[in-house]
Amino acid sequence: MNEWPGLGTAFWLQLTRDLRLAFRHIGQAANPLMFFVMVTTLFPLALSPAPELLQAIAPGVIWVSALLASLLAAESLFRQDVEDGTMEQLALSPQPLSLLLLAKTTAHWLMTGLPLVLMAPIVGHALFLPGDAVPETMLALLLATPVLSLAGAVMAALTVGLRRGGGLLSLLILPIVMPVLIFGARATDMAMQGLDVGGVMYLLAAILLLAVSLAPAGMAAAMRISLD
Amino acid sequence: MTATAAGPVLLEGRDLELWRGETRLFTKVSFELRAGELLHIVGPNGCGKTSLLRVLCGLTLPETGDVYWRERKISRNRADFHASLCYLGHRESLKADLTAEENLVFQLGLRAWLSKADLHAALDKVGLTKRRHVPARSLSAGQKRRVSLAKALASGARLWVLDEPYTNLDVAGRELVDQMMSEHLARDGLVLLVAHQAHGVAAGVTRRLELG
Repeated sequence: MNEWPGLGTAFWLQLTRDLRLAFRHIGQAANPLMFFVMVTTLFPLALSPAPELLQAIAPGVIWVSALLASLLAAESLFRQDVEDGTMEQLALSPQPLSLLLLAKTTAHWLMTGLPLVLMAPIVGHALFLPGDAVPETMLALLLATPVLSLAGAVMAALTVGLRRGGGLLSLLILPIVMPVLIFGARATDMAMQGLDVGGVMYLLAAILLLAVSLAPAGMAAAMRISLD
Repeated sequence: MTATAAGPVLLEGRDLELWRGETRLFTKVSFELRAGELLHIVGPNGCGKTSLLRVLCGLTLPETGDVYWRERKISRNRADFHASLCYLGHRESLKADLTAEENLVFQLGLRAWLSKADLHAALDKVGLTKRRHVPARSLSAGQKRRVSLAKALASGARLWVLDEPYTNLDVAGRELVDQMMSEHLARDGLVLLVAHQAHGVAAGVTRRLELG
């Protein structure tokens, strides 16, 4: 056995520290959710509030807003830790950096991704999304938002050393998460038409598994380059 | 050097060279450090002292050369090396929204099974017992530095890497740093020190490395 605490302890410490910090700045942490709700509820106001029209654009609006909300959140994921020097201390701890960054990303998803999933029924209601399509949309979002967080985290780790990495970050993340947007919006669309969404869900789940297994190694490697 | 060293070499740098862009910061830096030894790295501003420390910690890869801990390359042996290392950079690495104690519980919790008693003893030694539940943002610069010193004390690390530990400290604080380093050397610890001023460590073996 090692002299230092195990992986579970390290993951838990990092997760609880980040959640505690997020709750002390709840306004900042709620920004992506505010963005998601505002964008989706502005559509019925800006367009005519005709149910047929809103229903037709609902899948696209929900998924594009969710994607942009998580893009907005990705930028701030590691920046503060790198600027105040705590990231160096993480990189110098005996724990694997990939595990600690995965814990940070998990905390980030709990604060920015999960609220989008929970808010989906209300947003769907505003867009006249049929009630039958709501559970499927929530499940698809539940599978897709962690992928958005993980992809955002890899790219955030890569660009965190740059002075103004914001624009570059979006440019790097967007192509990678396109499949998620396409399959996610398709899942909502198919659920609205009463079709079987099993295949799309399995695909989203496969993408999530791929992201969970590959992204931590990518984050750690990118972060070590950024810290160099 | 004030005395002859004994025991096996624990930390060794061999032929280190580092470039930053078009500038060569240092070349052919080699040294050996044994238990109970302090290496005082000196040189003018911008000569690469902090960069050398970062190379020795494994944060920066040198262009040539290797760093060895217990005769194994640190790049091959990262977890073991980092478990024995406590790095105090010139940034304090404290989360402004967490209290001094919460900061230490997290950072030390990643590296060792920590008892509350050890932590309180370390905070007491640096004189922060009364301020330990105050968010780090409300601490003065000197008090933040003292939190970092408490981290080194409670970490149980064999190798202390201190980058300008005297910064922002009052006279008593600077004496505390000297006393801490002397006691650490007496416990067979190792210290890498970057400081412009002379240190007041009398015990153990102290060496000097001039850069630039």
